[in-house]
Amino acid sequence: MPDIWEYEESDMSKRDDSISAMCTPAIGEAGKTGDWRSSRPVIDHSKCIPSLKKKPACFLCWLYCPEGVVRANIPVEIDMDYCKGCGVCAEECPSKAITMVREGATDE
Amino acid sequence: MSKVRIMTGNQAAAVGATLSGVQVVAAYPITPQSQLAEIMSQQIEGGKLKAEYVRVESEHSAMTVCISASTVGARVFTATSANGLLYMHEQLHWAAGARLPIVMCCVNRGVGAPWTIFNDQQDSLSQRDTGWLQIYCRNNQEILDTVIQAYRIAEKVYVPVMVCFDGFVLSHTMMPVYIPDAGAVRKFLPPYKPHTILSPEDPRNINPVLFPGRRENTEGVLCDGYMEMRYKLFAALDGARDVIIETDEAFAEAFGRRHGGMLWEYLTEDADVILTGIGSIASEATVAADLLREEGVKAGVVGIRVFRPFPKEDVRRALRKARAVVTFEKAVSYGYEGGLCSDLKAALYGTEVKAAVHGCIAGLGGRDVKARELAEAVKASLADIDDGRTEKTLWLNCFTG
Repeated sequence: MPDIWEYEESDMSKRDDSISAMCTPAIGEAGKTGDWRSSRPVIDHSKCIPSLKKKPACFLCWLYCPEGVVRANIPVEIDMDYCKGCGVCAEECPSKAITMVREGATDE
Repeated sequence: MSKVRIMTGNQAAAVGATLSGVQVVAAYPITPQSQLAEIMSQQIEGGKLKAEYVRVESEHSAMTVCISASTVGARVFTATSANGLLYMHEQLHWAAGARLPIVMCCVNRGVGAPWTIFNDQQDSLSQRDTGWLQIYCRNNQEILDTVIQAYRIAEKVYVPVMVCFDGFVLSHTMMPVYIPDAGAVRKFLPPYKPHTILSPEDPRNINPVLFPGRRENTEGVLCDGYMEMRYKLFAALDGARDVIIETDEAFAEAFGRRHGGMLWEYLTEDADVILTGIGSIASEATVAADLLREEGVKAGVVGIRVFRPFPKEDVRRALRKARAVVTFEKAVSYGYEGGLCSDLKAALYGTEVKAAVHGCIAGLGGRDVKARELAEAVKASLADIDDGRTEKTLWLNCFTG
């Protein structure tokens, strides 16, 4: 195997951090994506199915959320700063505890 | 110590890449480039070049390997021709947008359909707007020297460079070539310093989705939007002219040969009519200029060495005294004219240079281009210009019905 790393570390100095586009992995690096949402998930926790220690949370919404914005608390919480309102959680909820409500409309 | 060897254009390019100390080569063979890929493979597998040759299943992958290797700090090389280059098209944009100083030889060949293996420049000229710097060579010495120069230019401006030379006309034709001393090349070409270092301690997401506007990152730093990144690439190519000229001068100082920087001139000082072209056809035009001068026509030649960035200041200066200009091009923009003809006219428009510009499409798919045919075309153009015909596109030596 040829040694392609023959140059000293010091030779490979950084020149310009912004010459090409890049970002660092961090929450919110792509902006608060919650403002993309046209409808938001509203959870009726009284319908949540007990699965752990008989407490009301089956965590399927947490498992299915493609954005990872459902926190596995009891009761579960959704981070509305980053929830894009895709509705996967409402679709997958076995007890229909989650309703998608049009943004701007009231929860009731 | 320099030594002279008789070699083909492909061999000259391989010697240039080897002397440049390339560390990763990824190339897929295609006529007329194949010999170049084979030599690079031989050099590496035979232990003569300390580098890694990555075998790929396509040109798209070849460029992808180059992009990846260049990103993590390797000096990389690839080469292709014709449809291979077209297959790379997406990754050509990526390499330039990621600001990676990749050097690639394009051994110019006509593109299919219909298939041809023979020479014209439709392949590289149709990649004009990918953000690559394009340098065209007129002989095998210039190929070797330009590959070395290309790394220095690319690594200064962080723009990939395409070193183009005509298939068969140069790639398979043997000429005496001076091989520069390896130590002198190392001195001329310092090690590649990538603009970004990837490390697990400082993880980055490179070339992520950018939004239309400028935006603060999570640390509150205002970051460029997509359009700012496009402007930076534009400005890098726009500003590369000085680096290209400086590099050619520094090369002349180190090795005693210069290739003209942005363009080269032949008998232009008192020329009434100037023949212009890219690559080996411009060399042929010097013979045509001699023929014309024997007949009393004051002819000169401007050979376009760098097509992108376009040498606008340089052509204005070189053509300032001419009454007429005839471009000879081995490529065409369908529905208009030759690309060089358009760019040249645009560079002269609104300036004091009032030369009439005629365009001549020649030598497509390897059709022979003879100096006397170029001379005849120039004489016909001069007669037309005298009759007030300022615009003309001629297909040289082509049956057009």
